[in-house]
Amino acid sequence: MISYFPKYVEAFWLTVRIGWLGIFLSIVLGIVSAFTIYFRIPVLSRITGAYVEIFRNTPLLVQLFFLYFGIPKLGLSVSAETCGIVGMGLLGGSYMAEAFRSSLGAIPKLQKESAEALGMTSFQAFFRVILPEAWILSIPAVVANVIFLLKETSVFSAISLMDLMFTAKDLIGLYYDTTEALFMLVVFYIIMLVPVSAAGSILEKRARYKMFGE
Amino acid sequence: MEAILDIRGIRKNYEDLVVLDHLDMQVKSGEVVVIVGPSGCGKSTLLRCINALERIDDGEVVLDGKVINPQDKQLSKVREKIGMVFQSYELFPHKTVLQNLVLAPVIVKKMDRKEAEKEALRLLERVGLLSKQNNYPRQLSGGQKQRVAIVRALMMNPEILLLDEITAALDPEMVREVLEVVLDLAKEGRTMIIVTHELSFAKAVADRVVFIDGGRIIEEGEPGDFFEHPKTERLKKFLHSFAYE
Ligand SMILES: Nc1ncnc2c1ncn2[C@@H]1O[C@H](COP(=O)(O)OP(=O)(O)OP(=O)(O)O)[C@@H](O)[C@H]1O
Ligand SMILES: [Mg+2]
Repeated sequence: MISYFPKYVEAFWLTVRIGWLGIFLSIVLGIVSAFTIYFRIPVLSRITGAYVEIFRNTPLLVQLFFLYFGIPKLGLSVSAETCGIVGMGLLGGSYMAEAFRSSLGAIPKLQKESAEALGMTSFQAFFRVILPEAWILSIPAVVANVIFLLKETSVFSAISLMDLMFTAKDLIGLYYDTTEALFMLVVFYIIMLVPVSAAGSILEKRARYKMFGE
Repeated sequence: MEAILDIRGIRKNYEDLVVLDHLDMQVKSGEVVVIVGPSGCGKSTLLRCINALERIDDGEVVLDGKVINPQDKQLSKVREKIGMVFQSYELFPHKTVLQNLVLAPVIVKKMDRKEAEKEALRLLERVGLLSKQNNYPRQLSGGQKQRVAIVRALMMNPEILLLDEITAALDPEMVREVLEVVLDLAKEGRTMIIVTHELSFAKAVADRVVFIDGGRIIEEGEPGDFFEHPKTERLKKFLHSFAYE
């Protein structure tokens, strides 16, 4: 067991790195997509709308295969790690877009009107009133998405990234020591996710307290 | 005295439905006009047309001699001069009472934050809510929220205040605390257009009462005449419908 340990630590950091870079990308993509849909920007909103539908309704594994085997066909070379980050970003972006779009849509029109009645421009009303409210509303969905995406990192091994899953499979293949390899796999995923869920529920509680009381 | 608000022949349709039908109305500086009328007659629409929350199909709204143009890039400048309070308060739920009050003065009027807070506290004290300055809206009762909403509108020091059934969502025991604030503003000489179903309040606060039905002004007058000696059948019927309340 001691001898595998460094391999797991290495795989752990790779998984964490890809996971979080992918999540960062997904939040950026999600915000941009949600804005185009919320403001009904011609053409762009249709493109992002289609993007959200397609990526929410196909498995990450399939998306990764497309990136990993498809992009080289276009004559570009990309590393497996980049594929992992982009794949996670695209999948996550479609989920985040939905989270942001629905919370933006949930803010009553009268909130915007009351801000404008106070002399705010529609720009000010959006950034000072609508967006902060929507952001707070979207926190539970965003936290759920982050946890979901971190768990999805387990499919990266399919494009030969030496992540946790890959390492576990490798060790099982080499030493037939299934129990220990799986045990380590579970432990490292728990180490990765428990702090995130804990931080997530604190964030959610704070947000709920602010807007709705306990 | 010159009218500060002049509504000239405004018409508003929703598809086939004519909501405001070439309506004219003037409001003088310091005047309190109360609008009454049956549900759906276009009272809210009229207020919303005044500050261009709704687009009008014909006619014009003139404030201080200037036509309010919804397409105008400076529309927000005009709206600074028109305060509005909604039935549903519409406080910003993610901000404390004090933050609700200073937001617009600071970002719209570029008022110094400390200065704005001083003014906010002065007004909060006046409506008896000084102790609530750091509470969130959800921690307030309906009557308290509505008093904060009134103060929020006052913070912009508007030339005219539009109040749309501001007590309609309140429990009866909270109506008074809100109406007293409005009466106080009337005494102070604020120009206001008030839509309400509280007829005894209308009597007490109004310089002039206007009865709207079918998108037109049917009858208007100073409160004494208006309530004691209605001339039109429609107003008589309308007033009569309150007798059973
Ligand atoms: N956005 C809208 N689209 C279509 N019809 C509308 C819209 N807003 C209002 N109406 C209609 O316009 C008419 C006038 O509405 P308005 O809200 O101005 O009435 P009101 O006098 O304020 O009534 P109440 O006393 O019930 O508040 C109503 O028949 C209403 O159904
Ligand atoms: Mg109304």
